Amino acid sequence: MEKDEQVKMNKELKIIGKSERRVDAWGKVTGKAKYADDYNVSHQLIGKVLRSKYPHAKIICINISKAEKLTGVETVLTAKDIPGAKVFGVVVKNQAILAEDRVRYLGDGVALVAAVSKEIAEQAISLIEVEYEPLPVVSDPEEAMKPDAPVLHDDKNEFVHHHVQKGDITKGFAEADFIIERKFKTQFIEHSYIEPEAVLAEPSEQDGIKITGCVQNLFSTRRSVASMLNLDLAQVQIVQSTLGGSFGGKDEAMTLISCRAALLAMKTGRPVKMVDTREESMLESYKRHPYVLYYKWGAKKDGSITAMEIKCIADGGAYASMSPFVTWRSVVQATGPYYCENVKTDVYAAYTNNNYTGAMRGFGSPQVNFAIESMMDDLAEKVGMNPLEIRMKNGFETGAVTATGQELTHNVSLKEVLTKAAAASDFEKKWKRNREAKSDEKKHGIGLACSYRGVSLGAEGTDAAETIVSVQTDGSVIVSSGITDMGQGAQTQMSQITAEVLGISMDRIHFLNTNTSRVADSGATVASRGTIMGGSAAKNAAEKVRITLLEVGAEMTGDAVSDLDLLDNYLINIKTKKPLASFNELATACFNKGKPMVSHGWHHSPKTSWDERQGQGEAYFTFVYGANVAEVEVDIETGKVDVLDFVSVHDVGKAINKGMVEAQIFGGVAMGIGYGLLEEFEIEEGIPKQANFDEYLIPTSMDVPRIKAIIVENEDPTGPFGAKSVGEPTNELAAPAIVNAIYNATGKRIYEIPANLERVLLGHKLTRTGKRGLEQKEIEETDSCKTRGNKL
Amino acid sequence: MKKVTIHTSVNHKHYELEIKPNLTLLSLLREELGLTGTKCGCEVGECGACTVLMNGKAVNSCLVLAPQIDGQEIVTVEELAIGNKLHPLQESFLNHDAVHCGFCTPGMLMSAKDLLDHNSNPTEEEIRTAISGNLCRCSGYQQIVDAIQNNNVSPLKG
Ligand code: FES
Ligand code: FES
Repeated sequence: MEKDEQVKMNKELKIIGKSERRVDAWGKVTGKAKYADDYNVSHQLIGKVLRSKYPHAKIICINISKAEKLTGVETVLTAKDIPGAKVFGVVVKNQAILAEDRVRYLGDGVALVAAVSKEIAEQAISLIEVEYEPLPVVSDPEEAMKPDAPVLHDDKNEFVHHHVQKGDITKGFAEADFIIERKFKTQFIEHSYIEPEAVLAEPSEQDGIKITGCVQNLFSTRRSVASMLNLDLAQVQIVQSTLGGSFGGKDEAMTLISCRAALLAMKTGRPVKMVDTREESMLESYKRHPYVLYYKWGAKKDGSITAMEIKCIADGGAYASMSPFVTWRSVVQATGPYYCENVKTDVYAAYTNNNYTGAMRGFGSPQVNFAIESMMDDLAEKVGMNPLEIRMKNGFETGAVTATGQELTHNVSLKEVLTKAAAASDFEKKWKRNREAKSDEKKHGIGLACSYRGVSLGAEGTDAAETIVSVQTDGSVIVSSGITDMGQGAQTQMSQITAEVLGISMDRIHFLNTNTSRVADSGATVASRGTIMGGSAAKNAAEKVRITLLEVGAEMTGDAVSDLDLLDNYLINIKTKKPLASFNELATACFNKGKPMVSHGWHHSPKTSWDERQGQGEAYFTFVYGANVAEVEVDIETGKVDVLDFVSVHDVGKAINKGMVEAQIFGGVAMGIGYGLLEEFEIEEGIPKQANFDEYLIPTSMDVPRIKAIIVENEDPTGPFGAKSVGEPTNELAAPAIVNAIYNATGKRIYEIPANLERVLLGHKLTRTGKRGLEQKEIEETDSCKTRGNKL
Repeated sequence: MKKVTIHTSVNHKHYELEIKPNLTLLSLLREELGLTGTKCGCEVGECGACTVLMNGKAVNSCLVLAPQIDGQEIVTVEELAIGNKLHPLQESFLNHDAVHCGFCTPGMLMSAKDLLDHNSNPTEEEIRTAISGNLCRCSGYQQIVDAIQNNNVSPLKG
């Protein structure tokens, strides 16, 4: 890295690591920020969707004639009006933009209307007549994998099977002193971005289309729109509006609404706006995968683990979406950060007539972490250790080899984060005290959970991103990137990196929202890759500009480039510390000499590898480590659990912006509390039971305690200024920490989340299960809860 | 549907408006008056993104029918700053990093303003209660609570 050497900055960091204000926050407190639904143009039409009446049915015929005749209706479209590809998908292209002959879940769209007002569009939707022939419904992934289940696509419902194998589990179980075998279950989770899906599609002058909307993955949306309309990628422009939250949720959901609005706009030649109501959003959008997890561990009396046999089944819902990638992360991380020589893991995904499931913050880790960290506490109980001791005994250290055969050569800080979390919460003392406390109405508990997590996409896919830094003649700077800001602060971090490298203050930087026609395809802003990818690209771009500026500075002053530096908005001489020219003067000089003042930074992540057959490989180029401690109060009378205190420790490599890293931790933990205690999107026989926030409960300000965020910084050479990632790790540990705390308080272990009143009090869900009589026995055996002292 | 005429004040400007009686205050603000700072998140009174002040009290504008504001005074987020001079509460939100995606922010600010206008020194509990009708999926609420509590001091830490 010769260039890096050239621009090596032997000065203290001025902006990196500080809690700078967000570059996009001013517009957000004044109401000026423009979210998708805030865009309006004259003569726009309003688009609406007719959705399926059944979770699974054949479409016999669709009659649109009454709807078409309604005054104010411009067009009514069905699948047969799509000129190009009728289906899309990131991995498997099988998701219908509009269902043609079959609907596979209740959220499937069947027809579209564009009309002059929302009321008329809605009325027209009600006038479309569809004749269906209902088909048998499969709503449970394990049922769906049986040979006689109704099949959704092709010839079978099982569409993913990832495998990891290491050592020999038969030998491992034979060496064990005892075996722990458990079944866990997790639920559907609604992303609950407060801003529902919205787009504005406008036909452009060159027979193309421009779409402005709250799109998370602009480049994949562009691909789908282009192939649906038979357009070149260059003819489709996707502009990101300010995003009102996404958490992984505004990917395919936005592709779908973008395709539909684009189709209506191209057919009518007019701008078309589409906005989902909350009900439409919840009905149609994808969710976090529910998993059924079978964990079997062999262990010795000293607490070491001799074998792990793991099987997980993910409910993929009606379409493939991101399931192949989500479950891949699960298979890689399913054993947790723990030594074990003999491992066999199988992760499956199956189609059902439920909402399809895809990316959500955590991406396959919250499910397995719940199981792993519950198992760890069960193991501790069995061998008479406390939860910290058992993790310190089994946890990875630098040089450890993972279940996939990858040697961890970076600084493995698992034990550091565990120790810090335990110290900050006085874990061991409280854990012991709670266990010994005499029973009263309110019991207290403390629980610990930790994890390791692969950074960025890993061997899942191509991992590269672009950021552009453009210096203006007056010294102001425009930055744009293919990495999108969804509220996590990507723009601010990239601005800080740019400002640091150019030695300027943050107020000079103006960040443009992502536009697919102005930056290179940078993949999706997922997998907590924003900082490491966009940030590295920003650093790369800014460094190139910096070199140009220093060279011009050398010409101007006659000093050697190596004696010059950019600091506090000035060109300075390092030796004399004298300011030689202002940044503005330098920028103007650069322009006058005809030097390039714009630079494209590109970052490609280090190599990863994966052998799908063997289930072995260098899955991720680096990992992050985190540990959380939850303290709860359990009301024995009602089963109500309150989280009283929370400590969240994360090694982020380097915090580019301390305040924003803390912000990610607070938000991630809050969402994790929802996952552990409150939230469940219930689907029965393909019919969702929650339609809006009055039924689907996310944590309010009363449900989330004050959270103590502890940032650990072990700088990693693969990231800009040593930074790694933080977005998702913060969301994957709260649920097991809480469940472990409930165990500490009550002696009851919850095997199925959320740990709501019924499960804590009765040990099972209070709703009717659909099974009666003889079948009831089976249910009792798989009770979602076991009591301390039970034979293990 | 027969339209009705109302007289109202929005952000201290007087309006005579002819509207459909089933129009919500939220739609009136966003669609008729172009005041898009107030957000729509659920339309059933659960998320609080649409919170505005009606005669100084925080209300969910999606639950108020436009005819109900006849003769009343409405204040929205657009009215908090005076020109480029931010309201102290807005400054405090910026300095406490209480604004993430920002979609809940206008509603949060209005609920907070109602609280502080009636109680200049609220406890954490009072703040949490005051914003319990405002859902935020990004922040975990902590920085918002801090911003409201310390609205006169502005620490940018770190
Ligand atoms: S939009 Fe009014 S409370 Fe949600
Ligand atoms: S900041 Fe995103 S919902 Fe509150």
